[in-house]
Amino acid sequence: MKFHKSRRLLTASIAAMVIAAPLAGCSGTASASGGSGGSGNSITLWTHNAGNPAELAADQKIVSAFNSSQSKYKVTVQAFPQASYNQSVVAAAASGKLPCVLDMDAPNVPNWAWAKYLAPLDLGTSLKGQLPSTIGKWNGKVYAVGYYDVALAMFARKSVLTAAGIRIPTIDTPWTQDEFNQSLAALKKTGKWAAPLDLGTSGTGEWWTYAYSPLLQSFGGDLINRTDYQSADGALNGANAVNWATWMRGLVTQGLIAQKSGADANADLTNNKTAIEYSGSWAAAPLSKTLGKDLAVIPPVNFGSGPKIGGGSWEWGMTNTCENKAAATAYLKFSLQPQYQASVAVAAGTIPATSSPAALKLDPSYGPGGSNEIFAQISRKYAELRPPTPAYPFISTTFTTAAQNILAGADPKSTLDQAVRGIDANIKTNNGYK
Amino acid sequence: MATTTAPARRQPAQALRPAPKPRHIVGTVAKIVLALVFVLPIVFMFVSSLKPDAQIFSDLGSINAFLPTGHISFANYAGVFDRVPIVTFLMNSVGISAATVILGLLVNSLAAFALSRMRLRGKKIILTAIIATLIVPFETLALPLVWWVNQLPWLQVNGFSLALTHGWLDTYRVQIIPFIANAFSVYLFHQYFDSIPKELDEAARMDGAGWFQIYRKIIMPLSGPAIATVAILTFLPAWNSYLWPIMVVQSENLRPVMVGVEYFYQLNVAWGQIMAYTTLITLPILVLFIAFQRSFVNSIASTGVKG
Repeated sequence: MKFHKSRRLLTASIAAMVIAAPLAGCSGTASASGGSGGSGNSITLWTHNAGNPAELAADQKIVSAFNSSQSKYKVTVQAFPQASYNQSVVAAAASGKLPCVLDMDAPNVPNWAWAKYLAPLDLGTSLKGQLPSTIGKWNGKVYAVGYYDVALAMFARKSVLTAAGIRIPTIDTPWTQDEFNQSLAALKKTGKWAAPLDLGTSGTGEWWTYAYSPLLQSFGGDLINRTDYQSADGALNGANAVNWATWMRGLVTQGLIAQKSGADANADLTNNKTAIEYSGSWAAAPLSKTLGKDLAVIPPVNFGSGPKIGGGSWEWGMTNTCENKAAATAYLKFSLQPQYQASVAVAAGTIPATSSPAALKLDPSYGPGGSNEIFAQISRKYAELRPPTPAYPFISTTFTTAAQNILAGADPKSTLDQAVRGIDANIKTNNGYK
Repeated sequence: MATTTAPARRQPAQALRPAPKPRHIVGTVAKIVLALVFVLPIVFMFVSSLKPDAQIFSDLGSINAFLPTGHISFANYAGVFDRVPIVTFLMNSVGISAATVILGLLVNSLAAFALSRMRLRGKKIILTAIIATLIVPFETLALPLVWWVNQLPWLQVNGFSLALTHGWLDTYRVQIIPFIANAFSVYLFHQYFDSIPKELDEAARMDGAGWFQIYRKIIMPLSGPAIATVAILTFLPAWNSYLWPIMVVQSENLRPVMVGVEYFYQLNVAWGQIMAYTTLITLPILVLFIAFQRSFVNSIASTGVKG
């Protein structure tokens, strides 16, 4: 038992250290002995929002409201910068110093639950009406809940698309693969852009899996067989996956995307260096500011198996070592009130996890007829959770390496076969992550 | 007469001055190019800190990237102060770096003095073992070290009483003490001390001096260059410390400057603010470099190590 626990700690620590979290929307074993996260009825809360004053202030507001709503418990906030947040959590887990409540990127939830960083939540009816992609589950238990989600989408100038004779797609009639390919070819033909589509290939870490695995899923492939999460064979290296990989490489060879895109996709679209940007709902506000009504929000392409985007953003959970789980649960329940969820979503510029009237009152832009309604619709209709398995951090880094190699010119089939062998071996080494 | 002879005397001297050789011209051009390679990123950083994000990228393909053109303002600097408690971070880094340097000079020079001057069995083995630790990269030790520092005791002063506490995480000392003893510093001091004649020690001992007096009054006053080298080579990694603080420091008021860079990497990266922040945290280093330029260059020349 002790050996297994140690190995879990080591595996999870390495996995979590490797996975970077440069992106919120896309974005193990704690020392189970001893308690942490505060003393008595005072508990500590960790968040990744140190560099995001607006969202941090919204989180702080909930904490202040909770502290003043009762006199039994007291919550204290500690904020960390997002880019190094995972390392801070892993180090704290290794030394038994995790807080009671913390937020985490959604795909890390199963790994951290398996590694016993997290305790299952019993929030009762607080989850009613919650956007499904904002609930972090593993092994049938809820371990985390998010106040918001984000949605992948493409952005372009309406005037550019119209001038090139390209139909502006809608949520109900998204582009098909042929239509998308023809649109890119038409834009390329104008000679105005060296590479008309910006897929964000300069992104790092989790972005690659968050952004490109939905394309793979829309082709009919996947990161792993979701029946039992024990093998990627057939899902990641089958005919559909090879078609996806071949198409991705084709974008580079045809000069439709840059093998390494610019560092700032928003700036490149604004400066007319690219014609279409593949990004997410977080880009809408800055682009809308620069492009105004000329901005077109394009839903994901249907490559055959339906349009897909990755689901799940930052979510809140309770640690296994928390000495006062009643306080943590009370806080989480309190924080899930629609007005609080919406206030954080507004501050973060994201899709509220609840569409209750109280939430929509705070941010009507995601409601019917609102300027951001399309993102809420994309999320509700097309979000697919990244595989909820503790193997995900390893799958993600393996997929990222494979996708990068394929874009660089590696053979699609053999590269994906190699990725599958690596993933299957990792799952076996960890006894199936059971 | 004087007005006519003076120029006539200078002319032969000018004529005698050798014409610059082609290899000198090539050397000068190479130096200028090399200087530009190092200076231009700093110029780009400062100039970009004055521009809006979109303009930074639109200027990238032209010489404008290095010129303060377009919408110039200090808005990014104001944004930095809104987003990051930079004064606190700077003070922390100054304190941590200074403490690491001062204590590092003392501890490492004492260790090197013992290995160089005192009669010890197995001195060479000890020195080899110390140098061998340089092979192990810090990143591999980081996680076990976190566990260790969390087990260490500390005597806490509470008014007039002392209390034994447990664990060093989330303190200043955890950012200083693990980096005081440094194998490379011991090695540098040891090599320098070896070059000082041992006869000086013997003379001092005959006059009744003890080992510590020899260290303090003879060896250290003669080791100025080694002290400067070690001070600089200890200061730079202490100032640039990043991985360790994000693992062991949880409270914002204890964080050093490098961790602050991470504050700007959000979904929409604030490039202009990053440039403003890095400009602000580079300034102390630049001032130090200018003040100690000669020592800095000598330290690199004497160690063959890039600073």
